[in-house]
Amino acid sequence: MNSYFRAKVLSNTPLNANTFLLILQPVEQVREPVPGQFYMIETGSSYDPLLKRPFSYLRRTPEGIQFLYSIRGKGTRLMRDFQPGKNVQAIGPLGNGYPKAGTRNTPVLIAGGTGVASIFSLAAQLPSKAYILYGARCNEDLILLNEVKELEHRDIVCIDCTDDGSCGMKGTVIDALNELIATDFSRIPSPLLYACGPRPMLESLSQIAREKELKGYVSLEEHMACGFGACLGCTVSTVKGNKRVCKEGPVFPIREIVW
Amino acid sequence: MVRELSVALGKLKLKNPVMTASGTFGYGEEYAQFVDLNALGAVVVKGISLKPMEGNPSPRICETSCGMLNAIGLQNIGVKKFLKEKLPYLRQFDTKIVVNVFGSTVQEYLRLSKMLDDAGVDGIELNVSCPNVKKGGIAFGTDRKVLARLVSTVKKAVKNAVVITKLSPNVPSIPEFSRTVEEAGSDVISLINTLPGMAIDIETRKPKLANVTGGLSGPAIKPVAVRMVWEAARSVAVPVIGIGGIVKTEDAIEFMLAGASAIQVGTGNFINPRATVEIAQGIATYLEKNGINDIKDLIGKLHVF
Repeated sequence: MNSYFRAKVLSNTPLNANTFLLILQPVEQVREPVPGQFYMIETGSSYDPLLKRPFSYLRRTPEGIQFLYSIRGKGTRLMRDFQPGKNVQAIGPLGNGYPKAGTRNTPVLIAGGTGVASIFSLAAQLPSKAYILYGARCNEDLILLNEVKELEHRDIVCIDCTDDGSCGMKGTVIDALNELIATDFSRIPSPLLYACGPRPMLESLSQIAREKELKGYVSLEEHMACGFGACLGCTVSTVKGNKRVCKEGPVFPIREIVW
Repeated sequence: MVRELSVALGKLKLKNPVMTASGTFGYGEEYAQFVDLNALGAVVVKGISLKPMEGNPSPRICETSCGMLNAIGLQNIGVKKFLKEKLPYLRQFDTKIVVNVFGSTVQEYLRLSKMLDDAGVDGIELNVSCPNVKKGGIAFGTDRKVLARLVSTVKKAVKNAVVITKLSPNVPSIPEFSRTVEEAGSDVISLINTLPGMAIDIETRKPKLANVTGGLSGPAIKPVAVRMVWEAARSVAVPVIGIGGIVKTEDAIEFMLAGASAIQVGTGNFINPRATVEIAQGIATYLEKNGINDIKDLIGKLHVF
């Protein structure tokens, strides 16, 4: 089993103006990921950009590993031009992944923007009743809305929202969570939060968690050079000292993070 | 035909010239899933201090053209925990163990070096060149008198381990500083550490590192490093270890031709976690191809016009 492996680009499809679905097919034996884990993906063969980029996996199917990425900089702009058949080097699966919920817990999943990739990897494996709150800036950015809605067949309540109100509830996922707390929450047995999204969203969430004494986990994002614990570039402050997002994370107990 | 790949760093014999650069290889175990540590000449672990250090706030790294800036701030677990938890792990492997050390006083360097020497490590690399902490590190590396006192104090106290001094590129004259540490008794000289640098986000107008400045590494610094290794190697008799932007075999050969007896792979490990072993294999292939029986016939064999 190789953690550093070669893969072929199977497809690279735009989902909206800025977001792509990339499917990589490993051409050697690889380890299987658990929800919340990530991979470092090579964006080019030159020295500029030099470093691989970290991406949560969205789905693992027999044909390959699926990733969502948004164009943000030099690396992702190069990825946009990935053609099927191209060889890329990748490292993974990396990080810890989401801890499993107890049998009495009701998972409440909260996804902001492309954070939905990591959350979806978890949602797809949930055995029982759960909630998923999915928000983005606008309608077009709710890229996985159909897939998320399909989870409703499995007793997963889906609440979608957009900042501009172009789809679902108008507001952020934090607004949606506050709304849920104000209405149905007391009827949800032992809610356990799982969240991935922009840092301000996670920070607001941790405040709510503290106020309402909720337990749960957040998946963090940080610039990283290696992805496997060596460079110490991606540390985050926690109540237990500095921790590496790539190694002890990316998933941390929500109340452990010092924002 | 079996090619001779071993090199000598003073009394320390390496099975091949490939070492890891401090701060890029953790304590070795982080790479065990990618490489057979037995295949390396030596593992140089993350810099160790007497007490554990938390390091700098984030963001600590940022990518630049063909390189990266880092300001980790020497985060480490401290010597006690290293001896108890990390050293026994590394001892399982048939490779040499070099520990990079730093302190904020000469006494701290001395105590650390003695502890590690007593514990039986193969080499002690004095970090006198970290650009990312206010006290210690570079403050010792840029003043020749202080540097000489530090090196000679440590050298006198260390019985078995080879003493390596890691030079800063941030000095007015590499030949002068190389001779200074040689005269002070350093068994080996390694260079270069990162070059101080800075990058700014023009949208937020903030520096890209919380520490504002950081150390530049990666292929971007290689030509500077090759030049400095060449200058050092022709100025001293002690062996020189070449560091700076080594990513592939050709880079390693270049440094050896410039006079390096061994090389360290740093940022290259982040790009390709198997870089060290691939370079070790690549060097063997290069010798084969060029009909060179002993790698020592490559060291410093630059043809100057």
